[in-house]
Amino acid sequence: MNPTPLARRVLITGGTSGLGLALAREFRRRGAEVAIVARHAAGLQRVMRELPGVHGIEADVASKQDIHRIALQALGALGGVDVLINNASSLGPVPLALLADTECESLEEALATNLLGPFRLTRALLGALSASARAGHGALVLNISSDAALTPYPGWGAYGASKAALHQLSRIWHAELQGSGVQVLSLDPGDMDTPLHALAVPDADPAGLKPPAQAARELADAIEEAAGPKTPAASPLEGSPGPEASSAGRAPALPGAPA
Amino acid sequence: MIAADQARQRPADARLLHLDARGRVHHLPRGAFVEALRPGDLVIANDAATLPASLAGTHEASGAAIEVRLAGRSSLAADQVDEFSAIVFGAGDFRTRTEDRPAPPTLQRDDRLQLGPLGARVQALLGHPRLIALRFEDPADTIWAGLARHGRPIQYAHLAEPLALWDVWTPIAAEPVAFEPPSAGFALDWQSLAAMRDRGIAFATLTHAAGISSTGDTLLDRCLPFDEPYRIPVATVQAIAAAHARGGRIIAIGTTVVRALEHAAARREGLQAGEAVARQRLGPASRLRVVDAILSGTHEPGSSHYELLRAFTDDASLQRADAALEAGGYRTHEFGDSVLIERRRAAIGELRPDAADARAPVAECRACAVA
Repeated sequence: MNPTPLARRVLITGGTSGLGLALAREFRRRGAEVAIVARHAAGLQRVMRELPGVHGIEADVASKQDIHRIALQALGALGGVDVLINNASSLGPVPLALLADTECESLEEALATNLLGPFRLTRALLGALSASARAGHGALVLNISSDAALTPYPGWGAYGASKAALHQLSRIWHAELQGSGVQVLSLDPGDMDTPLHALAVPDADPAGLKPPAQAARELADAIEEAAGPKTPAASPLEGSPGPEASSAGRAPALPGAPA
Repeated sequence: MIAADQARQRPADARLLHLDARGRVHHLPRGAFVEALRPGDLVIANDAATLPASLAGTHEASGAAIEVRLAGRSSLAADQVDEFSAIVFGAGDFRTRTEDRPAPPTLQRDDRLQLGPLGARVQALLGHPRLIALRFEDPADTIWAGLARHGRPIQYAHLAEPLALWDVWTPIAAEPVAFEPPSAGFALDWQSLAAMRDRGIAFATLTHAAGISSTGDTLLDRCLPFDEPYRIPVATVQAIAAAHARGGRIIAIGTTVVRALEHAAARREGLQAGEAVARQRLGPASRLRVVDAILSGTHEPGSSHYELLRAFTDDASLQRADAALEAGGYRTHEFGDSVLIERRRAAIGELRPDAADARAPVAECRACAVA
């Protein structure tokens, strides 16, 4: 594992619990500048006490009004951004429900957090990400996916459909951004022992679940590998970094159903 | 010309007046501006995002309602956001034209200002009743959160609806350091960047803290633009060298790009990457060392932006362009149509006095130099 961060400025949504918190710890450990987004001030303050130097942003990625506020605070505090991790996720109906029993509002809520939020935030930060790519910093967006994006698990309709849309959105972003040097990955961290999983499957045995810290290490490794040293690419005439499309094409591959 | 009163960055019918190097006028749809460039050219844009620089609040000593417009900073450092120069207005909002806004209450050094969640003090008076140096009381993250929650983009009376932050961020907006949008960049979208790549036209950026366009006071307006910090990335300096090596031209998107590049190039060590503060004003006597053409909004004769255009071409050509803009019903202001002005060919190599550092010695500029 490379202790030297290639990704110097990292923004993580949903950064006060579960995988997001583990990612914040992991990137701090690797020496990155980190900003996290969460809806509740109390959680942010707890993390900022635990991880001095982390910038906390109180906002809801599902809210259109909050997106540019997040972008402003993150870009202001970090002076730019190299890595955006769209991690904040909504399950939709809790407890999980069959689609036939899912209120439209629950589906909308899942789409707002899992699809529209990452889309809007990526758009708002794309100028900064492409500036990072031109400077050779290996700009990258990681969208947290799930095996529910590909497998039709009954009861996971709102979540699965929104994650499927996010996965395809990631692949198209990645293809369209080839020339700008910004990579967009969609990766499945696996079933983890997180508050979100506990909401979905209250009686799951934590021993059978991956610790979020392990998933965070794997994702951070994947980011560092994908965002390895790049030639600065101010001018396409001198060659752009040309990221491989394959990384976003990786199917979320995790054995076993989440339920 | 007609005031553009809708905050649409790229209306489908946006137009471009192209004044070429021979002084000839061409009209084209702005979406086709890449067609007016040549393979090998290098396009450079200002990627500054725009701050919500307008803060409503109260002057505690008098209890009077005020609006503070942040107007300048001495550096671009992310952790140095406590000190700004600022213009202070009396009560009112964007529906009143800036020049009709009432003056603020009498401000004294150390006066406290409550600006929504943010507290600030008047650090110094800068020689004009509206111009102050301001210091926020909070740490950087709290200032950013306060600006995000309470600040609004500086508004324009000619627009029908109030502007939101997303209205004023260009598609390539990155670091939030501009006080008003570098609006020439509204013309860019990701499709046009792809079209440049397809045509062998290079693209690079710099970051320039574009200042405010109007203070509401004719005396203060005379010393616009205020000093503006900028940063030129290493990759951009390399791209300029590569463009020159292949005989390509440097196309600036907006006046701020011209100001930054020409300021950097006029320094003793020549054009280098890094951060500096642009203090010069460009005008008809300025010799352009780097920029060959500018894409810009339309500007009124007499404004500092118009003076900058005079560095590119002769007055007769500019007057012909003005007449064509007027006759063609072009739209003006931030969300209006655009001009592409190439440096007049006859002017290249012509010996002119170097006025890069000349500045009109008007008294109030001493005050503005603080920023």
